[in-house]
Amino acid sequence: MFTFIFKRLLIAIPVLLILIVGTFILMYAAPGSPFATERGVPPAVLANLERQYGLDQPFYVQIWRYIWGIVSDFDFGPSFIYRDQDVNDLIAQGFPVTLTYGFWSFVVAVLVGGTLGIIAAIRHNTWLDYLAVGISIGAQVLPNFVLAPILVLIFTLWLGWLPGGGWQGGQWQYVILPVIALSTSFMASIARIARASMLEVLTSNFIRTARAKGLPMRRIVLRHALKPALLPVISYLGPAFVGMITGSVVIDIYFSTGGIGQFFVASALNRDYGVMMGITVLLGALTIFFNLVVDILYAWIDPKIRY
Amino acid sequence: MTRLSLLTTSTILTFALGSTAWAQTTHPVTGETLAEDQTFQYRLLDQFPSIDPQLIEETAGGHVARQLFEGLLTQNADGTLRPGVAESWSSEDNQTWVFNLREDARWSNGDPVTAQDFVASWQRAADPATASEYAWYVELSQISNSAAVIAGEVGPEELGVRAIDDRTLEVTLSQPLPYFPQMTVHYTFMPSHQPSVQEHGAAWTAPENIVSNGAYMLDEIAVNEFFRLVPNPEYWGAEDVIITEVTGFVINDASQALTRFQAGEFDMMDDLPAGSYPRLEAEMPDVAHSVPRLCSYYYAVNQSESGHEALQDPRVRTALSLMIDREVITDQVLQAGQAPAFNFTHWATAGFEMPEIEYATWTQEERMAHAVQLMTEAGYGPDNPIELNLIYNTSENHRQIATVISQMWRPLGVTTVLNNFEWQSYLEIRGNQNFDVARSAWCGDYNEASTFLDLLTSNNSNNDGKYANDEVDRLMAESVTMADPQPNYTAVEQILSEDMAIIPIYHYTQNFVLDPTIRNWPMENVENNWYVRDIYRVAAE
Repeated sequence: MFTFIFKRLLIAIPVLLILIVGTFILMYAAPGSPFATERGVPPAVLANLERQYGLDQPFYVQIWRYIWGIVSDFDFGPSFIYRDQDVNDLIAQGFPVTLTYGFWSFVVAVLVGGTLGIIAAIRHNTWLDYLAVGISIGAQVLPNFVLAPILVLIFTLWLGWLPGGGWQGGQWQYVILPVIALSTSFMASIARIARASMLEVLTSNFIRTARAKGLPMRRIVLRHALKPALLPVISYLGPAFVGMITGSVVIDIYFSTGGIGQFFVASALNRDYGVMMGITVLLGALTIFFNLVVDILYAWIDPKIRY
Repeated sequence: MTRLSLLTTSTILTFALGSTAWAQTTHPVTGETLAEDQTFQYRLLDQFPSIDPQLIEETAGGHVARQLFEGLLTQNADGTLRPGVAESWSSEDNQTWVFNLREDARWSNGDPVTAQDFVASWQRAADPATASEYAWYVELSQISNSAAVIAGEVGPEELGVRAIDDRTLEVTLSQPLPYFPQMTVHYTFMPSHQPSVQEHGAAWTAPENIVSNGAYMLDEIAVNEFFRLVPNPEYWGAEDVIITEVTGFVINDASQALTRFQAGEFDMMDDLPAGSYPRLEAEMPDVAHSVPRLCSYYYAVNQSESGHEALQDPRVRTALSLMIDREVITDQVLQAGQAPAFNFTHWATAGFEMPEIEYATWTQEERMAHAVQLMTEAGYGPDNPIELNLIYNTSENHRQIATVISQMWRPLGVTTVLNNFEWQSYLEIRGNQNFDVARSAWCGDYNEASTFLDLLTSNNSNNDGKYANDEVDRLMAESVTMADPQPNYTAVEQILSEDMAIIPIYHYTQNFVLDPTIRNWPMENVENNWYVRDIYRVAAE
């Protein structure tokens, strides 16, 4: 197992490097620049701006300096648009926010979705099953940028129970709506996957044996059926994670949380090369790490899988 | 003392003492009853990139800067000049200006605001090392040597501004400019606290470091989420400042913001959702407002070699302009109180005298008939059609207007191909004259007609259509030397209209919703410069 983990981490390094270089190339290929304004910047000022941000260097020098900055100092460089801050500051401010509501969205999606799916499978073909499937299809279809305004309409305008946005350091009132909006469609997918896989497991031979031996249903489900049923759910978690990252863009825009998702899109449109690269590297590293965790989890649950 | 008189006395005393607790504060000038909650919250569309006065380049940062910093002059609610740090100013020839600073102007750390502060800040704005994207504004103000300083040919100390003493600032311009004081209102000319800049570098605007000289100080900021300002006790006018806290919420999505506004989360928002104004005006007439704003919307027409050759003929350009039914656009597409435009300079610009533009008085049928006639004269029409490439930056409103106009042009035999681009790409494409017609807008940098008309002089870098007319150039160059330049401006507009240098479409309004308990909002300031130190909240009835 340790060699496996070690090899995966080793491979992650060239993957990240390719990600950095690829993003760099695409970024520069796009027309426009961070300093393009409608009024036009005087040439001497533009020259200074480019010098300040190292844009006057040849391409490979810029990439090298950027990578070296990360490796030696963990310094992601300045933001090209937010003149008062650098990328490390912006990520330090925004990442905890995204991590908080992302984490809770994950927990909610897995727990609620998993439970819903498993109950639906156990009570197969009853009203509970149909209700659960109905809810999950509806939730899966509803995009989060439709759900977000509806949530604000209901909970902020009509009921006045919750604030319509902001983060205020992460107090619980500000976390609820983003978590609901982000987790809903994933909860639905997880519910359906859990239900389908649990249904399959429940008809397998070893479960039949357990039932024949007279074990109570609860024991069967929790002790014997859960683990194998969760396997497809776990393999879904990797793509779900990526989906949540992209979903967080919408959440940040609609709920003004100040998370890094918003920076992701805004920096591309504004040509903020520093922030764009920084977030790409961060999210790339996270995705690689998370996929590794999922694979390890997989091995832990399924004894047939050994690396 | 009898029991009755004891009772009476104690009752009277109770009322007398208690009434001071009841007595609500009233506004010192208007006498209105003030609310207990004197906080002001508003919504921003986007996080501002910077609040360093010399680095600000967009309106959101400008609004914040106006509360944190104070320049030589500020504006009244109607947009007229008002003393800021400068108590008085004078000039004999409109070329050398002297500003006398007030004695009690202070930075938030107690340092006095001196003329040297302004000298250093203005030099910093022009210094290429600062890399300010608004350095062009210093050049626009005609301060002597500004162009050379910005180009890096001479050092910033050569800029034509010097401190005669701590409280007297002398500015030397390279040519007379009667409206120079108006230009000092702009954020680029606000002072920045030099010791803080030296000590903290780019981080000097962080809440723990920032030193400001305006009515407010920066208390807290969370990027893309919110910021908060609190009153500056060292401000010379601190006694008159009523609002005790300003909070700005960054909310990108306009509909979401409107929902939260209606839930009472904040007091003011502009950038309303597209098409929402008529409903808001009908449902909440004392909340929704539409006031003139110093910007003009127009189509730039490419008159250079890279554009369609037909566009070099003024008859074709005039025909295109005449065919547009501007009232359809303002009344049915935009629906927010905008005025149709037949000229470039905004009608509400201070002092501007609108020339007589003949076709502005005709009916649309007359205009259309005339347009067809002109087009035929020029040799084009349904039998000799033209295809034009119309570009605009991605936006619902621009798309609707472009679609409507392209339909209006069809009877002329004009087929329009619409192309939209995101902002950055759009700037590049338009700047390279890769278009036939380009959607454009221009906002005045100061409240005087030249801020618009200079755009259409032949060597202005923002003249994307490459319109060139020697007489216009001459009239504009002459206007800076005149005591009253309005006749020249009117003459220039006349020429622009005859040549149809651009196709004017409408003049902007500022549409916003404002909580009705907020009073003294500057509705008549066409530059949309609002100062929180002037507003206050009244008690709800």
